[in-house]
Amino acid sequence: MNAALVIIGLATLGALALGLAARRGVRMTLEQWTVGGRGFGGLLVFLLTAGEIYTTFTFLGGSGWAYGRGAPTYYILAYGSLAYVISYWLLPPIWRYAKRERLLSQPHFFSRKYDSPWLGVLVAAVGVVALVPYLVLQFQGLGIIVSVASYGAISPTLAIWIGAATVTIYVMISGMHGVAWNAAVKDALILAVVIFLGTYLPLHYYGGFSEMFRAIDAAKPGFLAFKPTGQSVLWFQSTVLLTALGFFMWPHAFSAILTSKREQSFRRNAALLPLYQLILLFAFFCGFAAIMQVPGLTGAQADQALLRLSIQSFDPWFVGVIGAAGVMTALVPGSIILISAATLLANDVLRPLQPELSDSAVGLTARALVPLIALLAVYFTLNNPPTLVQLLLMGYAFVTQLFPALLCSLLPRNPMTKSGAAAGIIVGVVVVAFVTETKIGFADMLPFLPARVGDINVGFAALILNAVAALLVSLATRPAPAAAASPSS
Amino acid sequence: MTAVRWLAALPFLGILVGTAFVNQVEPLVFGMPFVLAWIVGWVVIGAAAMAIIYALDPARVLAEGEADGERQ
Repeated sequence: MNAALVIIGLATLGALALGLAARRGVRMTLEQWTVGGRGFGGLLVFLLTAGEIYTTFTFLGGSGWAYGRGAPTYYILAYGSLAYVISYWLLPPIWRYAKRERLLSQPHFFSRKYDSPWLGVLVAAVGVVALVPYLVLQFQGLGIIVSVASYGAISPTLAIWIGAATVTIYVMISGMHGVAWNAAVKDALILAVVIFLGTYLPLHYYGGFSEMFRAIDAAKPGFLAFKPTGQSVLWFQSTVLLTALGFFMWPHAFSAILTSKREQSFRRNAALLPLYQLILLFAFFCGFAAIMQVPGLTGAQADQALLRLSIQSFDPWFVGVIGAAGVMTALVPGSIILISAATLLANDVLRPLQPELSDSAVGLTARALVPLIALLAVYFTLNNPPTLVQLLLMGYAFVTQLFPALLCSLLPRNPMTKSGAAAGIIVGVVVVAFVTETKIGFADMLPFLPARVGDINVGFAALILNAVAALLVSLATRPAPAAAASPSS
Repeated sequence: MTAVRWLAALPFLGILVGTAFVNQVEPLVFGMPFVLAWIVGWVVIGAAAMAIIYALDPARVLAEGEADGERQ
């Protein structure tokens, strides 16, 4: 047993202990379990809404994309920034409505706003479908971190099982309370590690940032700017816009919003979070530094770039610290996702079907679903999924389809009917599923689609069709008096 | 206040539109490829814009008063 493994093991036990301790003094109703009783202060809300930024996705995926693809990784820095600008006006009305109506989840919000339980069920289904790849992403990252940082002593498969079991236990017992304090520890640890690595590695191996980028530019011309086709500027623009709109459409992001005690937290965070997010740059620097130092990682292996370079550069104990930070970036988002998915299924799919169920029965069901969802994600993780960023983009393409209906529901006079909202969401999701499915077949033969239009993010194209369908169906199903009053328009 | 709100449009213009015109590596800025430094610059400008909007927002004062007056 090496030093790295001991430190990673201790961190995992620490996370479990902290998660379990958080339960003390809380009567665990469904509202406590899923949104922390709506009692979290500004700092915890900040950390929970920032949880999205520092996941295994950014830690390994961001550096992995810098290593394997170059410029396309810049999108990760851009979308969060725009999403926070939108959040300034988007989140306070959502929070106010959710608080007044005592809502627990995103589908709940839709079903109440559109007065249609079935729309809620549809939204819950979309949410779960998008959350599963996101959870797979966290588990997959966990497997990579533990197996690489333990110098192969623990296989990825075993690491995934241990990680899934840890999250399942403390989520079942402590719910959102268990997540909050682990989120604080995770952010402190990951910030310190990423800033150190992102500064040390370029200076140590290249003598400076300019020197590093010049060396990469000379070795791989065009790698550091967007390509003329494929992942071009057009791809960047459509992907950034799509993911910025989808940022708060994640069911677990919604849960994070609902944990807040006051709406003012969101406005202040809108100015702070973009700066906090800039620390991602250092993750990119790690990936760029790895290009000339640990060459030859292809495909999904690129996600290992940061860790491989770390092993080559540091003593085992420090690799252990990096590994521990990495484990936390998988466990914390993983547990938030689990809580959301379980709440969606119990509160928003089961309850509308069985309205006579009591609150405590729904709460127990939600907790009982946690291990089942974790098992499902483990199953998908072990069955050879694509790279981390691809997984996330697929989930984003799904959840963003909820944006038009959500935005319209916040307007003083909602132009969208419930049938219109449902039609739009269904069209969007079907288009994403169809194109993702057929493109997987294509990608095996052609790494880059030649057509210029092919550069536009799939989810973005689906979003436009979604809005058109929603508009047409809303016009068709609009109550008669409005249409009779103005026949010419 | 209404006029100040338009500051929020700046990062969208800079990142979504502007990037198309600066897709190049040289000159390096703070050691970073130009297009990356461009995006970083707009993230910082975006944060500054939101800080100004927050400071001048009447809704902030309203919400603060509400939070003080309301006891759960």
